[in-house]
Amino acid sequence: MSKMTVPEIELLDGGHVACQGCGAALSMRLFLKGAGPDTALVIPACCWAVIASSMPNTCLRVPTVLSAFEAAAAVASGLKAGLRRKGAGDVTVAAFAGDGGTADIGIQALSGAAERSEDIIYVCYDNEAYMNTGIQRSGATPPGTWTTTTPRGLDKKTPKKDMPAIMVAHRIPYVATLNPSFAEDFVAKVKKAVSIHGGTRYLHILADCPTGWKHDPSQMVEVGRLATWSRAWPLYEVENGKYRITWEPSKVVPVTDYMKVQGRFSGLTPENIDGIQKSVDERWLKLKALASAT
Amino acid sequence: MTRELLSGNQAVGEAVRLARVEVIAAYPITPQTTIVEHLAEAIAKGRMDCDYITVESEHSAMAACIGASLGGARTFTATSSHGLALMHEMLHWASGQRTPIVMANVNRALGPPWNIWVDHSDSMAQRDTGWIQIYAETNQEVLDTVIQAYKVAEDKRVMLPAMVMEDAFVLSHTYMPVDMPEQSVIDKFLPPYTPMQKVHPETMELYGSFSPPDGPYMELRRDMENAMNASLPVFKEVEADYAKLTGRPALGLMEEYRTDGADVVMVAMGSMAATARDSVDELRKEGKKVGLVRLRVFRPFPHDYVRSIGERFDTVGILNRAYSFGSGGPVSTEMCSSLLTLPDPPKVASFIAGLGGRDLRPADVSKLYGKLIDGKFNQEEWIGLKEGVV
Amino acid sequence: MTTVQGRQITGPMAWISSRKTSTAASWRTQKPVLIEAKCTGCMICWKYCPEPAIEPSGKKIAFMFDVCKGCGVCAAVCMVKAIDMVPEGL
Repeated sequence: MSKMTVPEIELLDGGHVACQGCGAALSMRLFLKGAGPDTALVIPACCWAVIASSMPNTCLRVPTVLSAFEAAAAVASGLKAGLRRKGAGDVTVAAFAGDGGTADIGIQALSGAAERSEDIIYVCYDNEAYMNTGIQRSGATPPGTWTTTTPRGLDKKTPKKDMPAIMVAHRIPYVATLNPSFAEDFVAKVKKAVSIHGGTRYLHILADCPTGWKHDPSQMVEVGRLATWSRAWPLYEVENGKYRITWEPSKVVPVTDYMKVQGRFSGLTPENIDGIQKSVDERWLKLKALASAT
Repeated sequence: MTRELLSGNQAVGEAVRLARVEVIAAYPITPQTTIVEHLAEAIAKGRMDCDYITVESEHSAMAACIGASLGGARTFTATSSHGLALMHEMLHWASGQRTPIVMANVNRALGPPWNIWVDHSDSMAQRDTGWIQIYAETNQEVLDTVIQAYKVAEDKRVMLPAMVMEDAFVLSHTYMPVDMPEQSVIDKFLPPYTPMQKVHPETMELYGSFSPPDGPYMELRRDMENAMNASLPVFKEVEADYAKLTGRPALGLMEEYRTDGADVVMVAMGSMAATARDSVDELRKEGKKVGLVRLRVFRPFPHDYVRSIGERFDTVGILNRAYSFGSGGPVSTEMCSSLLTLPDPPKVASFIAGLGGRDLRPADVSKLYGKLIDGKFNQEEWIGLKEGVV
Repeated sequence: MTTVQGRQITGPMAWISSRKTSTAASWRTQKPVLIEAKCTGCMICWKYCPEPAIEPSGKKIAFMFDVCKGCGVCAAVCMVKAIDMVPEGL
């Protein structure tokens, strides 16, 4: 259909158990539209492991391997080698992991795979906490955010781990930030990642979680939009070290607009939010500088 | 068949080459290192056509092997001690997902304190993971067993991963004559791997999945145990096939040495069995009726064979080169569980020896045989402990 | 070997579509209703449905109520307010 701005193909079946309005579900749907049917997924312990399957049913129309929590990148490395050996080297192997399985427990295997520049796509759908186990903090949780293990009085004081920067430092061919609320940019980046061969491609998605972020499910796309309009989640790609901002807001929205619609930020003081605005602005300037310098 | 002088680790490497392994993922750890080095060299020099993933940890090594196996490839890894311990979670994953990976484990002590010498605690601690476990006594056996392990593991009645043990330094770094079969002979013995589960866009299947209590979790666990039991006759068939093609004799689940007319026997695993053979020869010269039983296949545990040992001998001494704290020597514990089902079980002595590579000499073993003959032993004795050792 | 839904399985695995076991209808407390006259067929609701529970239908869309959880994302993103979320199942 001419009005479809993303591929029509559906490789995700409904009837799965993702929460209403799940950003991770939309992310998988869009990812598979971009990657196509010749894709094999590796999913570690995370929301998606539970969403994907309860024996004998699966919602995914591509072959999938579930893996132990910290092992996604290693299983994907092995799967790619096995498929190549068996003449299926054209199948795109993609790990699809949460922020816990990427930035915390999974970072060793990911770093190892990236250092070897394994021919895989590694996708992190980041809902900024361990959502599958009930909203506990992760290394990707922003400071001051409510989670069950960072309640008021035991707040996370340290910054969100900058996974895209860590992956750029591994000098892999492609690193990009994605947002399902910007579906065309999202799919274009997936297609680009699929087209690059012989090295690791890293895609980091900001995946809204209405349950953990504490807002109405119907606002999932809107909250994601605010993340990028406010530059809290800038959209950029780094191809062989060269930075490019792929979507720039024409009208910048203050971060407080992004944060005030989410219950998880309700404990932040005006000072906290000023501090956050400052670091968002600084990081934007840095991104701009990297885009011109590289 | 050519005769070569190989270390245990080289024997592993050559077996992996002969088995035409397709993907290796491994991480170095003393004293396994010369296995992975040998394989890297073999691939670099074109002696092997194999993918080699130099992973960043043993946990990732096993994870990558599982991925590669599901992709359809014959896979291999090797480790030892802490590396095996680190893999623990993924060992369960490999057996649960029924991937027929073969791994060489160089038996080495677990720390702290750091100790790189022979001890069976590393593999004993993994006996619950659903892996087939075989302990080798000689480098020849290492070579033959690694090759045969693929045929057992990949059998459609089995489809379980297998680990082959060799003692640290005593086998891994010691050179022994090994008869090497020709590649063409092994090609006849071991056909290419045809997986029952295969990741491919044609099938759109998902492996791993989620099973609530009413789902097939318990049934799938039962399937694994059935596969373990099914492997017992498969072992026999595989060894018979191998014997026919290579002339190498079948060693069986347990091996006996001069047990004819023996009053007492000692049970040993790995290279301690070789030491015990010397003891047996010395004592037999003196007219003592002693014999040795080497326990070779530990998983699946040869309950029937162990019971037959208990029926034929009055006193059984068991050498354990590992310990389960708060309980006892694992070999003893497992053997006793079989022996106690006999109406008239033998007297059993549990000897804890050789931990952390502490040497056990023929003279030491002869003393233990003496205890068995005299009937003067405690239920469990730790052998060779030193007073004020530091 | 264990048999699940008529198939002998070789390990933990899944192969049957989740659409066959969907309980989504029981999750709903509201249900999307399309106002055909307002719908321009822009496909934005289809693009953002996380299930997916929207499929193209002629020049417009149709909801797949066997898998729709009533999240309301479609109504929220519709630029011409052509979808009403109507209470249901309460």
